[in-house]
Amino acid sequence: MVSGLINANPVIYEKKERRVRGAPSDADEYAVEPIDEQEIFDILLNDTEKICIFKYPEHPYSLEELKVITEDAIEVNDHRSYVRVTFTPTVEHCSMATIIGLCLRVKLIRSLPSRYKVDIRVAPGSHATEAAVNKQLNDKERVAAALENPSLLDMVDECLAPTYG
Amino acid sequence: MEFVDGRFELREIQKLEGHSDRVWSLAWNPATGVDGVPSVFASCSGDKTVRIWEQSRSTGSWDCKAVLEETHTRTVRSCAWSPSGKLLATVSFDATTAIWENVGGDFECVSTLEGHENEVKSVSWNASGSLLATCGRDKTVWIWEVQPGHEYECVAVLQGHTQDVKMVQWHPTLDVLFSCSYDNNIKIWADEGDDDDWVCVQTLDEFNNGHSSTVWALSFNSSGDKMVTCSDDLTLKIWGTDLTRMQSSDGYAPWRHLSTIAGYHDRTIFSVHWSREGIIASGAADDAIRFFVESEDKDGLFTSKVDGPTYKLLLKEEKAHDMDVNSVQWSPGEKRLLASASDDGTIKIWELAPVPC
Repeated sequence: MVSGLINANPVIYEKKERRVRGAPSDADEYAVEPIDEQEIFDILLNDTEKICIFKYPEHPYSLEELKVITEDAIEVNDHRSYVRVTFTPTVEHCSMATIIGLCLRVKLIRSLPSRYKVDIRVAPGSHATEAAVNKQLNDKERVAAALENPSLLDMVDECLAPTYG
Repeated sequence: MEFVDGRFELREIQKLEGHSDRVWSLAWNPATGVDGVPSVFASCSGDKTVRIWEQSRSTGSWDCKAVLEETHTRTVRSCAWSPSGKLLATVSFDATTAIWENVGGDFECVSTLEGHENEVKSVSWNASGSLLATCGRDKTVWIWEVQPGHEYECVAVLQGHTQDVKMVQWHPTLDVLFSCSYDNNIKIWADEGDDDDWVCVQTLDEFNNGHSSTVWALSFNSSGDKMVTCSDDLTLKIWGTDLTRMQSSDGYAPWRHLSTIAGYHDRTIFSVHWSREGIIASGAADDAIRFFVESEDKDGLFTSKVDGPTYKLLLKEEKAHDMDVNSVQWSPGEKRLLASASDDGTIKIWELAPVPC
């Protein structure tokens, strides 16, 4: 493990005010509401409910406060059952990029319907080994093997664990 | 070729449930499905088990005959039958290879091969059943010699790939081994002497018109002079060699790129299998199964040997499964039966049949 923090002084951004999701009208009470960008964002960074605050592994700030994930970086096509999340590590040699990506993937796999195809990538130009990180995050065999590794799974679960207060 | 003008449809014969996690791979027993022997195949899964499925003589449907469990402690990634169909080799993320013997319908683990540092990803028997190859996350390919009394001696540890090796496959008739990797390359290994002097005789990389991302699988045509590979770069590639030269020069003649099948797949292609009669099946992360055949220009006007053969899409089965298709395998029997394995935890048996006029 690293001895010190990789990025000791990250820039902290204010959390964005949430839009209030419109209540479904009576007319389409039984209509299936498609999954949209905000819903994915809430799955990943739900800080309005008590479910989960996704912590950046080495800081007490959420990935939202660090602008590692923004709603703009989430692309959803519910009709095609497709999500792509583009995240921005705080520094371009961030060694935590793979574990952040793995956490994002695990959270989405656990939350979305199984029909969904999920691509996770680092923002273009945001990481020194961008192609290698992206390739690793999207190789499902490596992801499956990683999630069978007890220490790695513990780390992911810790990142995804609910925090209160 | 007869397929070019005929119309085909894919009929779902059966959907098999039983695995409790994604099904990674399956293998038909080559000694079954012919001469009245009921067809048998094995499947392996993230649920750490292997299941043996046998076709019923009376109903024609497949039933689970055995569950091989409590041997592998992690995902069972791949499996392969020996040419005689008597032994089944299974490889696992637990770093081991298990050899199972079929004793009157019961499967007994008769040997466990250890040596890989971590995940073992693929296993293949050579044509005579005297050699076994395995590969894995540790970037190596191992060759094991089958000895009496279920002993397996490692005769070579092949290093050359720079990333994990996804699949190993022996040539269908010659003792030449092929491996493909996360490093985007395909490597060809041959025994240069009498002394188990296995060396890499050729690397098919991006500079030989090869793949630009992970190569997941490969398969040979029935005569063994062509090979198809599939990749995360969303293409299939066809490679060819001079088989006569390969047979005479003690095993090796160069392979060259003949054709690239591009523009058909939307997500990673995990599996490819060439049928005896020349139909290439592919299984991909877009949940679809596709079939390709070599397409000859009948007028001969646009056929150029220089450009290599061209391949056309015979059929695409959208939503063949609810999730990624990890493995497609043609059965050894008479009918055009294909089995597919998926992340949705199911196996499906399909028949590719001509559309009635």
